[in-house]
Amino acid sequence: MSKKMHVKLNVNGEDHEFLAEPRELLIYALREKLNITGPHVGCETSHCGACTVTMNGKSVKSCTVFVAQANGSEVTTVEGLGNPDALHVLQENFKEHHGLQCGFCTPGMITRAAKLLEENPNPTEEEVRFGIAGNLCRCTGYQNIVKSILSAASEMNAAKEAAQ
Amino acid sequence: MIPAAFEYYRPTDMAGVIALLQEHGDDARVIAGGHSLIPMMKLRMADVPHLIDLQAIKGLNGIAITDGTVTIGAMVTQHEIINSAEMEKAAPIMKEAALQIADPQVRYMGTVGGNVANGDPGNDMPGLMQCLNAQFHLTGPDGDRTVDARDFYEAAYMTDREDEEVLTAVSFAAPVGGFAYEKQKRKIGDYATAAAAVQISKEGGKVAAASIAMTNLSDTPVWSDSAGAALVGTACDDAAVKAAVTAMLGDIDPTEDNRGPVAFKRHAAGIVLGRAITRAWSRA
Repeated sequence: MSKKMHVKLNVNGEDHEFLAEPRELLIYALREKLNITGPHVGCETSHCGACTVTMNGKSVKSCTVFVAQANGSEVTTVEGLGNPDALHVLQENFKEHHGLQCGFCTPGMITRAAKLLEENPNPTEEEVRFGIAGNLCRCTGYQNIVKSILSAASEMNAAKEAAQ
Repeated sequence: MIPAAFEYYRPTDMAGVIALLQEHGDDARVIAGGHSLIPMMKLRMADVPHLIDLQAIKGLNGIAITDGTVTIGAMVTQHEIINSAEMEKAAPIMKEAALQIADPQVRYMGTVGGNVANGDPGNDMPGLMQCLNAQFHLTGPDGDRTVDARDFYEAAYMTDREDEEVLTAVSFAAPVGGFAYEKQKRKIGDYATAAAAVQISKEGGKVAAASIAMTNLSDTPVWSDSAGAALVGTACDDAAVKAAVTAMLGDIDPTEDNRGPVAFKRHAAGIVLGRAITRAWSRA
């Protein structure tokens, strides 16, 4: 057992400070220390992407980041995108287009999709599929996830145009 | 899933890194993007009592293209390679290959330096660096030195880097002519069943120069001098491609695993090299 370190994280706009062993993975710090349990654990080999969060502007698999490395970072999880009373447009579209079934991949999928659309607001279907290739889903067959993301993209673009 | 405990360090200069490596020897390891090392630590296949994070070290970031030389800091991520317009112009094979590595999340974190220093024959950048005749820049207690990518790999996870050295950058002359990185894999994020990196330059309708390297077909990447030589002076026709493939097959030494038996991997190697040569030639 190594000694615990003082960790500071800003998660979904809120500052958190806690003690943790350096080896603690970011996903466990979020889930077990901060009770932010949207991001999930689906594997131990960094493939599934269920733990995806945005850290300092990057989509990362939080199972493959030590809390020591993340110390000082800004993190966004699905909880920071929207809430049941005010859904994020991606959340609304996953609901509308049946982009989820068991819901276990969904927080990672939506967090990744949000970053994807930020970087590429007009993706093709192929670009969406390639852009979420780090996120596995056992239930949907992906088809409706792609529809959800494309539909969210056009809504976001329409909203942007209306605002101009 | 649960790594063993370690002491964590985040030094802010290279001297601090080297001092820690000297103090702890084989018990210390640097961490870059962490996307090979952490998975190994989670499976307890890597034991690292002292973990030295390179994220705060200045001078390991950035892509510089000056006087025809491309220099990539060791901490440059695959995501940065893909999104660098300068890189795409100077060495488009880098983007083509990086897009075939891992997945978006891994590419935000995984670095060029980590990819080439890791020593896993499954990594794609080592063969690519041999194709480009890159130099690897290392810093250690006795100062800096440079090693050719073609001399760096000794065996699986065994490289010319000493325990107390850090790979700080890779550099290569901006390649000329056509390029291709062709990778056969089972799915997104998989290491290659077989992959080929090819650069070809053309003069008067003939191949002026060709460089060919293969990925995951031996315990190291394989730069096939003879395969490149088989193309030079030809019009890159079917016979020349066949000769290059035959030469390459003499240099690789794949092993059987769940990607397939040796005969299949040799077959796949021939297919990917043929495709890579054809695509590179069409771009030359």
